[in-house]
Amino acid sequence: MNLHEYQARDILRKHGIPVPPGEVATTPAQARAIAERFGGKVVVKAQVHAGGRGKAGGVKLAKTAAEAEAHAKAILGMTIKGLTVHQVLVAPAAEIVSESYVGIIVDRASQRPLLIVSAAGGIDIEEVAAKTPEKLHRLPVDPRYGLLPHQALALGFALYRDVKQARAAADIMQKLYGAVYAVGASLAEINPLVTTPDGSVQALDAKIVIDDNELERRPEMAALRDVSSEAPEEVAAREAGLTFIKLEGDVGCCVNGAGLAMATMDLVKYYGGEPANFLDIGGSSNPQKVVAALRIMTADPHVKVILFNIFGGITRGDDVANGIVQATKEFPLKVPIVIRLTGTNEKEGVAILERAGFKALTDMDEAVKQAVS
Amino acid sequence: MSVFVDTSTRLVVQGITGRDGSFHAKQMMEYGTNVVAGVTPGKGGQTFEGTVPVFNTVAEAVHATQANTSVIYVPAAVAASAIFEAADSGLGLIICITEGIPVLDMTRVLPFVHERGARLIGPNCPGLISPGKSKVGIIPGNICQPGKIGVVSRSGTLTYEIVHQLSTNGFGQSTCVGIGGDPLIGTNFIHCLSAFEADPDTAAIVMIGEIGGTDEQHAAEFVKQKVKKPVVGFIAGQTAPPGRRMGHAGAIISGSSGTAADKMAALEQAGIAVMKRPADVVPLLKERL
Repeated sequence: MNLHEYQARDILRKHGIPVPPGEVATTPAQARAIAERFGGKVVVKAQVHAGGRGKAGGVKLAKTAAEAEAHAKAILGMTIKGLTVHQVLVAPAAEIVSESYVGIIVDRASQRPLLIVSAAGGIDIEEVAAKTPEKLHRLPVDPRYGLLPHQALALGFALYRDVKQARAAADIMQKLYGAVYAVGASLAEINPLVTTPDGSVQALDAKIVIDDNELERRPEMAALRDVSSEAPEEVAAREAGLTFIKLEGDVGCCVNGAGLAMATMDLVKYYGGEPANFLDIGGSSNPQKVVAALRIMTADPHVKVILFNIFGGITRGDDVANGIVQATKEFPLKVPIVIRLTGTNEKEGVAILERAGFKALTDMDEAVKQAVS
Repeated sequence: MSVFVDTSTRLVVQGITGRDGSFHAKQMMEYGTNVVAGVTPGKGGQTFEGTVPVFNTVAEAVHATQANTSVIYVPAAVAASAIFEAADSGLGLIICITEGIPVLDMTRVLPFVHERGARLIGPNCPGLISPGKSKVGIIPGNICQPGKIGVVSRSGTLTYEIVHQLSTNGFGQSTCVGIGGDPLIGTNFIHCLSAFEADPDTAAIVMIGEIGGTDEQHAAEFVKQKVKKPVVGFIAGQTAPPGRRMGHAGAIISGSSGTAADKMAALEQAGIAVMKRPADVVPLLKERL
């Protein structure tokens, strides 16, 4: 789950990291009031789960409160990478001497939290990694001991020559490491970490991603979810216990298991079609999930055909069949449906479908070919 | 022979009285797996299905039954703790089926398991099966056939699809291992490839990968240098968009890293026959064997 910049800044502040002030506005008038409090010279930043906000015109500098109001009016409601902006962060325009990067990700290769720092901050760190990898310093942290002071200080000196600033950066790194474990983050980055004319080191912008698997035991993090920033059908799917990702095509796919769901999308493409979505109904046997899946897929006007690909293991064929029959009683299908059903309780499932007038195939390739034809 | 599990496997089921644990314990027993004990705290002293003793702790179960392998079906909130307990009880092989363990928990679990010399398979995996000998986990036994193909996969149902293609075309399996769809897992492709290469009863290997991370690329490099047996590979997620988690916590393209195209190219470069679709597995194996 992605957090907004202002939410990430709040978390850093709570963990003792120096963060410049800033407040969130949902209307231009609010933005103006906040700007007045900060003396007029502010930056107005779109709060949206997308990178490249600056390039898209979602970050603007204002010299006066009136200008801040005008910027907020322009930014609120704009779409960046398909997402509508509902909130802006209004913060005093900071005077910046230098921009660095400090980030922690859970690294798959070392199987440890990986601290990455670079004196080349302020821009896309992936670009730095690709073009000038020597500018990145990486330290896989042993989670049994945490980030040790000397390790952090060495990386602090990689950013700043001044010992005070190096110590300040090291302190920020240790606090960021603590925050990662405290909130259950799979990624936490400060970009840029800035120095100001008075020599202080501050976290100007922050990004935190919370591991979805942490949300159940961290209700305070789950409460930060902004459903208005997500596609409505994805919200509906999550509430029904499904994993759904909307794509551009017209073949609606409903599959049990993530790997098979991806392979099904790939096979749709292989036979010349385009998948409309990724949809995994999961391993459990619950007709209600199938009903929810069909409701979500049929609500998409782009979907021209619905393809079920079920290989029963824990998922039982009769449960899926019952779900399909029940759903089509609740709301009639306006598009053709192709069903592939095999594995656990295949016979029972096929019998249920045939009684309701559906046909079922057993071969995945046959089903996909039929769906895209 | 086979890898990791066989007729010498003495299994303890953690979470044996739970909904999933009890269902799959029965299925494993019906398949012929030697289930020697179950563990559910507070239910020690009970008997499961009239034959399997239930203990409060894994240590007690191991002491009383000489169990050497554990399978974990407990809820995600306590699954990391169950792995710690299994490793601390001296078990050499731990299979964690549970999905949804926070990745930061795994950063602490993995070094602990490693220090105690145990092998962890999973988490978030379907387990493994050596057809005709032993099944540990949830892979349906009826789709597998004994034979000479080793299968290793990050997925569950996609593995069933490919194993089904193999079995119905006369290619039985030595062992099928589901290594799991999480970003941090105990056993990776290389561990399995190396075990299959050393197993005299495995003649060829099928590896099923997916988008996210670079494990398949490392595996390809390993195949190039160390594996003499024929390898056939598949990568799921060719049509997956970047930056989105495709069901599995580990199935995500980060920036430009972890794409299916990258992985397929790496496999091909290592001399692995790459399937374009699951149905290609049989013709490609016939070609290579």
